[in-house]
Amino acid sequence: MKWITAVIKPFKLDEVREALAEAGVQGMTVTEVKGFGRQHGHTELYRGAEYVVDFLPKLKIELAVTDEQVEQAVEAIGNAARTGKVGDGKIFVAALEQVVRIRTQEVDADAL
Amino acid sequence: MRSEKRGTGRVRGPVRVALLHGLLALAAPVQAQGAPTLNGGDTAWMLTATMLVLLMTIPGLALFYGGMVRAKNLLSVLMQCFAITALVSVLWLLYGYSLAFSTAGMQAGAVNLHSIVGALDRALLAGLKPDSLYNTVPESVFVMFQLTFAIITPALIVGAFAERMKFSALLWFSGLWLTVVYLPMAHMVWSGPGSLLGDLGVLDFAGGTVVHINAGIAGLVACLVIGKRRGYPATPMPPHNLGYTVVGGSLLWLGWFGFNAGSAVAANGSAGMAMLVTQIATAGAALGWMAVEWALHGRPSVLGIVSGAVAGLVAVTPAAGTAGPGGALLLGIAAGVACFFTATRLKRRLGYDDSLDVFGVHAVAGILGGLLTGPLASPALGGFDAAVASPLAQLWVQAKGVGFTIAWSAVLSLVLLKLVDWTVGLRVSEEQEQVGLDLSLHEERGYNL
Repeated sequence: MKWITAVIKPFKLDEVREALAEAGVQGMTVTEVKGFGRQHGHTELYRGAEYVVDFLPKLKIELAVTDEQVEQAVEAIGNAARTGKVGDGKIFVAALEQVVRIRTQEVDADAL
Repeated sequence: MRSEKRGTGRVRGPVRVALLHGLLALAAPVQAQGAPTLNGGDTAWMLTATMLVLLMTIPGLALFYGGMVRAKNLLSVLMQCFAITALVSVLWLLYGYSLAFSTAGMQAGAVNLHSIVGALDRALLAGLKPDSLYNTVPESVFVMFQLTFAIITPALIVGAFAERMKFSALLWFSGLWLTVVYLPMAHMVWSGPGSLLGDLGVLDFAGGTVVHINAGIAGLVACLVIGKRRGYPATPMPPHNLGYTVVGGSLLWLGWFGFNAGSAVAANGSAGMAMLVTQIATAGAALGWMAVEWALHGRPSVLGIVSGAVAGLVAVTPAAGTAGPGGALLLGIAAGVACFFTATRLKRRLGYDDSLDVFGVHAVAGILGGLLTGPLASPALGGFDAAVASPLAQLWVQAKGVGFTIAWSAVLSLVLLKLVDWTVGLRVSEEQEQVGLDLSLHEERGYNL
């Protein structure tokens, strides 16, 4: 199993969710986050006073998938979230040790 | 110009007969021969105008400034405007009206103590009765109308030292400043024949010198004396709620019709024209600021267009009784463009921390408006003051009035600020400033989210 974390542009959420659903992903968690990468921040100008805002609003999507689904899920996110401009975000994939569905106590692949 | 209107009513005098002639043409319907009688229409308008001008300070100016500070200081700014409103009202009753508008001891053309400051014979509003008249309106209404001007002027200065002044120091400074700087200034311009600047022939219809240059210069001096906010300019201090600023700026625009059109002290053609040119100049200035900002910074900003509108309102204030619509448009555009540069470039270059641009907007637009009022009053440039034969000659008269106001306000404000600093201390502690004035001075928060 893998744990996928993707940071994307907020307005891309709907497209990413649909693409993941098509790839067979059953659920995900979305959080509003702020951060920066190569896009850095942006500047705001108030009566000539320029402020660099380092942290930009992004969405963080977290989901757990089986090893067979990983490639498809990453591809789905990558295609749906891409605009081609700096600031599209990143996808992180990590190993996942255990999953438990609380209601039924099912574990691992059965719980996904 | 109010002093002249007073001259046409109760205290008829020889001062500036030619100018008076020009205003008579505008104000003809209300001029009765002999003793003035109460006019219901004038009174209704002045009651309304008074409320409009009060609306400019609370909540107009309070929100305009409140939105521009950081969230931790919102309440402190609202509190300062509110407390000044109450404090000045009481001082006005005690002696303020008398020092500003008593005509005792004044002689047309003669310079004496009472050319500069009024006598105390009207202290505690002595002699004011329900049937006392000022021209064609009850004197009680005139007292209230002028009080609202006395309220907004010290409240304007708040923007210069926002986010770092002790509340006790604010009260002391505002009370002293009203007494020592504002009241004599109002007297010198508006108290009629025998007043220092009135006799010079300086045109100031609604208070460009008395209110805006006066407050703007005091603001510059205040921010220099109290010093920069900690962390300025390296730390970002962006406005915390520009929505408040837009609401406040819009209320200022609306209330300004009471300020300018009300300064006719009558419901007449002069009031109507003042309203029209106020609208035109404000619109011109809002677009002027927006256009320059768009061209130079690449974006038209909300704070920019609102600031531009306020610059236009300030600039047209002294000219509202004499400029024509075309002149008002030029004046407005000039003010919007000029204040863009002073509030954004000059401040950066010189490095002073006038937090909310009291100097960059009020003093600069006030000075520009005060000067251009002269030429724009001339019929040759579309103005309505037949007494202004030569635009350049009147420009020179205006320059004397503007220069006097700058010197008056700068010197006396400096003395008062130093006095308050040595006695009660102007500035909050570093920790209080860091925590924010809302919590450290008032033990409240603007936002409990």
